[in-house]
Amino acid sequence: MKVLTLNFLTCAVKACKSSPASHPLHPKDAELVQDELEVNSDMIVNVLPRLDWTALRTTSSELGFPPLPDQPPTAEELEADDKKLKDLHHLLLETSISEGKLVCGNCGHEYAVKEGIANFLLPSHLV
Amino acid sequence: MEQPQVSDQPEAASSGAAYEDTHVHAVYEAIAPHFSATRHKPWPRVASFLNAQAPGSVGLDVGCGNGKYLPVNPRLHLLGSDRSAALVDLARGQPAGPGASSKAEVLVADGLALPYRLGAADFAICIAVIHHLSTPQRRRDSIAALLDSVRPGGTVLVYVWALEQASSRRGWDENSQQDTLVPWVMKGPKGDPNEGTTYQRYYHLYRGGELEEDVLAAGGAVLEAGYERDNWWVVCSKQQQPGDP
Repeated sequence: MKVLTLNFLTCAVKACKSSPASHPLHPKDAELVQDELEVNSDMIVNVLPRLDWTALRTTSSELGFPPLPDQPPTAEELEADDKKLKDLHHLLLETSISEGKLVCGNCGHEYAVKEGIANFLLPSHLV
Repeated sequence: MEQPQVSDQPEAASSGAAYEDTHVHAVYEAIAPHFSATRHKPWPRVASFLNAQAPGSVGLDVGCGNGKYLPVNPRLHLLGSDRSAALVDLARGQPAGPGASSKAEVLVADGLALPYRLGAADFAICIAVIHHLSTPQRRRDSIAALLDSVRPGGTVLVYVWALEQASSRRGWDENSQQDTLVPWVMKGPKGDPNEGTTYQRYYHLYRGGELEEDVLAAGGAVLEAGYERDNWWVVCSKQQQPGDP
């Protein structure tokens, strides 16, 4: 599961969805894998408005990446700064969680990730 | 044919879920490899919907099955999910695009308890999924969950099996029973113990106009709708509330 995907996830428990604490989910015992992928600036620049940047900063630091700036870069900044673009591409698209857990900060439920696939099916008492 | 015992009462949500466990989920877990082998060609209208999205858009494929739509447009971030772990394993094997070196982004989730941040995705597709839900309320709730997942103005494409398909090999027409069990005869490799086993999957066959009614009841607005190859389809978005930008 790519870091980009994690930015779009929250807890599957209905009561958690409206709580700010349920996003982002927190990786636990996460094993990371890196893929080498061609940089496509459209894929990064156009997704910027859809990202929750504050959540991405949290995820980035939890995964041990260097701190991200407080504010997201603008499209112009990314297009002018190749390193900024590549770093963001590396974090969002080349970095994946292959094994571990994702933990909800609101209810504490842990979702398992195995072979890159997270399982969000809930036990019956949480449905 | 055995008629499914399904309550049409909305309060029967938990029994609806239990019914689907037996008559939908368990069947797909059992037939996943054979089912997947028969599902590889994307439907043209679905492919053109995906190809019309702006590069870098984030989309959801809810009920992605074996993931046949995930590689269609490599310039999208398309996130697949399915209730069947066996199908998700197969979908994971899809490339993220034609010739892409990374695997498809997929997860296991129930369409009525999706793990997506509200209002965040650009668009969603849900192809041949909602007809497996066994009460009107659950079908409408699943459409509401799709609409809740996309940003204001984001579109959702839904396909369901039609009741009116007199020219198909099933031969159903408007007088047929809408809630029905449809057999799947397993064809496995030689010597497979399940070879020839017949599984029954639950379907609610949609009559003309019913999908639009469900979209409206779920708080959506219908943008386009039609009939194609034994299916009803609709493109919808969330009804704008007073005060929305």
